[in-house]
Amino acid sequence: MLLDALMWTIGNWKTMQSAIERHLLMSGISLAIAFLIGVPLAIAITRSRIAAAIAINVVNSLRAIPSLAILAAALPVLGIGLWPSVIALVVLALPPILLNTYVGLREVDADILEAATGMGMTRGQILRRVQIPLAAPAMFAGMRTAAIQVISGAVLASFIGGGGLGDFVTAGIAIMDVPRLLAGAVPIALLALGVEAGLGLMERRFFGAADEGNRTTQ
Amino acid sequence: MRWAPRHIPDILAALGQHLFLVFVSVSIAFVIALVLGIWGARRPAVYSVIITLTGAIFVVPSLALFALLIPLIGLGTKPAVVGLVSYCLLTLVRNVATGLRGIPPDVLDAADGMGYGPWRRLIDIELPLALPQIIAGVRIATVTVIGIATVAAYINAGGLGTIIFAGIDQRYPEKIIIGGLLTSLLAIVADFVLTRIERRLRADRIA
Repeated sequence: MLLDALMWTIGNWKTMQSAIERHLLMSGISLAIAFLIGVPLAIAITRSRIAAAIAINVVNSLRAIPSLAILAAALPVLGIGLWPSVIALVVLALPPILLNTYVGLREVDADILEAATGMGMTRGQILRRVQIPLAAPAMFAGMRTAAIQVISGAVLASFIGGGGLGDFVTAGIAIMDVPRLLAGAVPIALLALGVEAGLGLMERRFFGAADEGNRTTQ
Repeated sequence: MRWAPRHIPDILAALGQHLFLVFVSVSIAFVIALVLGIWGARRPAVYSVIITLTGAIFVVPSLALFALLIPLIGLGTKPAVVGLVSYCLLTLVRNVATGLRGIPPDVLDAADGMGYGPWRRLIDIELPLALPQIIAGVRIATVTVIGIATVAAYINAGGLGTIIFAGIDQRYPEKIIIGGLLTSLLAIVADFVLTRIERRLRADRIA
């Protein structure tokens, strides 16, 4: 059966290649946008208790919405194609990035901040040279969770015409073509496992033991 | 809102199927995780193997996992439950094991000194003390599975996902919103109820 899937993959290599590229492109753009929104937003809300409370509640209620519904909701509002999927995936990636960055920044020891202020550092310097480096492990853990969310979500993008590897799975299930279905599902699983393992390895290399406590669940 | 008021029975049926899928999956996963967690709490080597395996399953995107199960067990409720059970295992095993490991050694010594055998100690002392942590695991697993179960509709397992998929196919926003909203509501209610139970258990223990 796996052999049939492999034959199918070789036979349709061009389509396969463009689907993989599409999947990676979609995930990469979404993660980058989520990072560019999430990190500054997290920094901004550390300065106001009310803003933080509002942002965290909004983000937590976003997390209650299933990924499928977030992607499906993009369809009537934004139509089909790459960008509606990207926007939906940004919504999926934002909560772990925002929450982990916020928690990471908040957990920086008050004494350290006081010492930095005492040394005459400005607020911007403290942020760049003290807070962000100390929050980096938590931020990285957030990115890792977000990356997995986005790769999983990108599979569902197939339902709203976003393309990617999910197309083989949905088409395979729809016409009960097992080789095609596996030709989609196996690379998706390997991609997710590879990214998770790779980022886990980077996390251990940069920050020592991976801090599972920093991770928000899927 | 033109569709929903006229299809309340259909919506309730989908909600019922969804609850059934979630309840069956979390229950089966709970039994498996209890065994694996108790075993893992005693043997760190076994624990790391279990966590690596269940962690790997957890990372596999839901649609891909369901698809991988189709050649083995076909379409419908069966592969959906197998898939959802697999997703629960990581959280549940981890919480059972950390709950059991968090018990102070003094307590276990005292139980041994009072003549408790290993089984009685486990059932009368260890599991009740680990219960808040275990319930926390059940809560996280339940909330996760409520969301993922929507995707199971694509492999004919029914549930609230059917409404969302119908909305996508027919470009009918109301169905997408109703399906999505009910699923979110279910997740929020489950989270709330299980958090209350967890808090009450923790409070009882302090008192």
